[in-house]
Amino acid sequence: MTRPSSDQIWQWLDTVPDPEIPVISLVDLGVIRGVEWNGDVLTVAVTPTYSGCPATTIINLDIETALRDKGIEKLELKRQLSPAWTTDWLSDKGRAKLEDYGIAPPQPAGGPDRCPNCHSGNVTKVSQFGSTPCKAHWRCQDCLEPFDYFKCI
Amino acid sequence: MSTPLKRDEAFLQFLLRMGDNTLILGHRVSEWCGHAPVLEEDIALANTALDLIGQTQFWLGLAGEVQGEGKSADDIAFLRDVWDFRNLLLVEVPNGDFGHTLMRQFLFDAWHSIQLGRLLKSSDARVAAIAEKTAKEVAYHLERSADTVVGLGDGSEESRRRMQEALDYLWPYVGEMFQSDDVDAAMVAAGIAPDPASLRDEYDALISRVLAGATLTIPDSRFGHKGGRTGKMHTEHLGHLLTQMQWLQRAYPGANW
Repeated sequence: MTRPSSDQIWQWLDTVPDPEIPVISLVDLGVIRGVEWNGDVLTVAVTPTYSGCPATTIINLDIETALRDKGIEKLELKRQLSPAWTTDWLSDKGRAKLEDYGIAPPQPAGGPDRCPNCHSGNVTKVSQFGSTPCKAHWRCQDCLEPFDYFKCI
Repeated sequence: MSTPLKRDEAFLQFLLRMGDNTLILGHRVSEWCGHAPVLEEDIALANTALDLIGQTQFWLGLAGEVQGEGKSADDIAFLRDVWDFRNLLLVEVPNGDFGHTLMRQFLFDAWHSIQLGRLLKSSDARVAAIAEKTAKEVAYHLERSADTVVGLGDGSEESRRRMQEALDYLWPYVGEMFQSDDVDAAMVAAGIAPDPASLRDEYDALISRVLAGATLTIPDSRFGHKGGRTGKMHTEHLGHLLTQMQWLQRAYPGANW
């Protein structure tokens, strides 16, 4: 096969869903840090979100499966710790999808600006820890719905 | 006359100290899973444990690399016995009640956050990268444990009494964090890690501020139990912990999935 371009690889990776929040892709999440051909070996640099996130191994497996399905035979996944992952790397597309899904996207202020369900700004923190390491647990004081907030890190 | 430690030997010891601290504390905190007083705290404890165990994979992974015997982080975590562990005694003491667990967490988080701040400037790029990654997580561990210590210390009569008891019990385990030996001297010389003793002033300032807010009194004594980070004398608790943590590898050596 002819060697697919890096742009093509990025597009393929943009169709691989995050295992915990399947509405956003791994590219939206900002964990893919580089795609590079070294001869006939494709190297993909991946950074973990949280050190202990159990999704990390699944993410690597999903990348491998997706690229092998596209015919990539020689693949190397490289763990890249620095620079450390930050929620600033979430794509705008990803942020919009998170809110549609009911998860408030991260805000520089350190808390959600509005309820992802009714869009009221009257929200309160229940706990700094939510259903996964990357999320905090908040509640809307108007519609009374609890919701996840993607923590800023 | 003893010869100075070789750099790589000392580096390995340093990495085991970092990784064993997060491993053993991570395991201790995970013991709360399903037992915390309220659901939110249960999730918070489980998430903190996960972070710590994830951080362990970085430290012990690098330890295996430096050691050069082809060992993985899992090999190092599950195939050593008590005398090979290099964690502080503080992190192996049993959980006690919820307040006791959070006091231990706070005393550790305060040290951990200062230590990682210094390691950002490590001459070893791999150490600096791990510090950069993990310092972000430890910042919110500290925020939570400090808030909880203040909430319970400056809380009801009962919660205050329990928090003071926890502080009195755990205080003699604090001093070990700041003891230096030839491993530390080699790390300082190589620019890899700071002298533990140099962290004490910043640590005292941080915990004094929080514990004053919690209306708790820091004990006068500077007596410190020691032997964990050197591996000379662990408490009897570590062996019991390992029988649980390493149960699978002990019952089914080499098991894999």
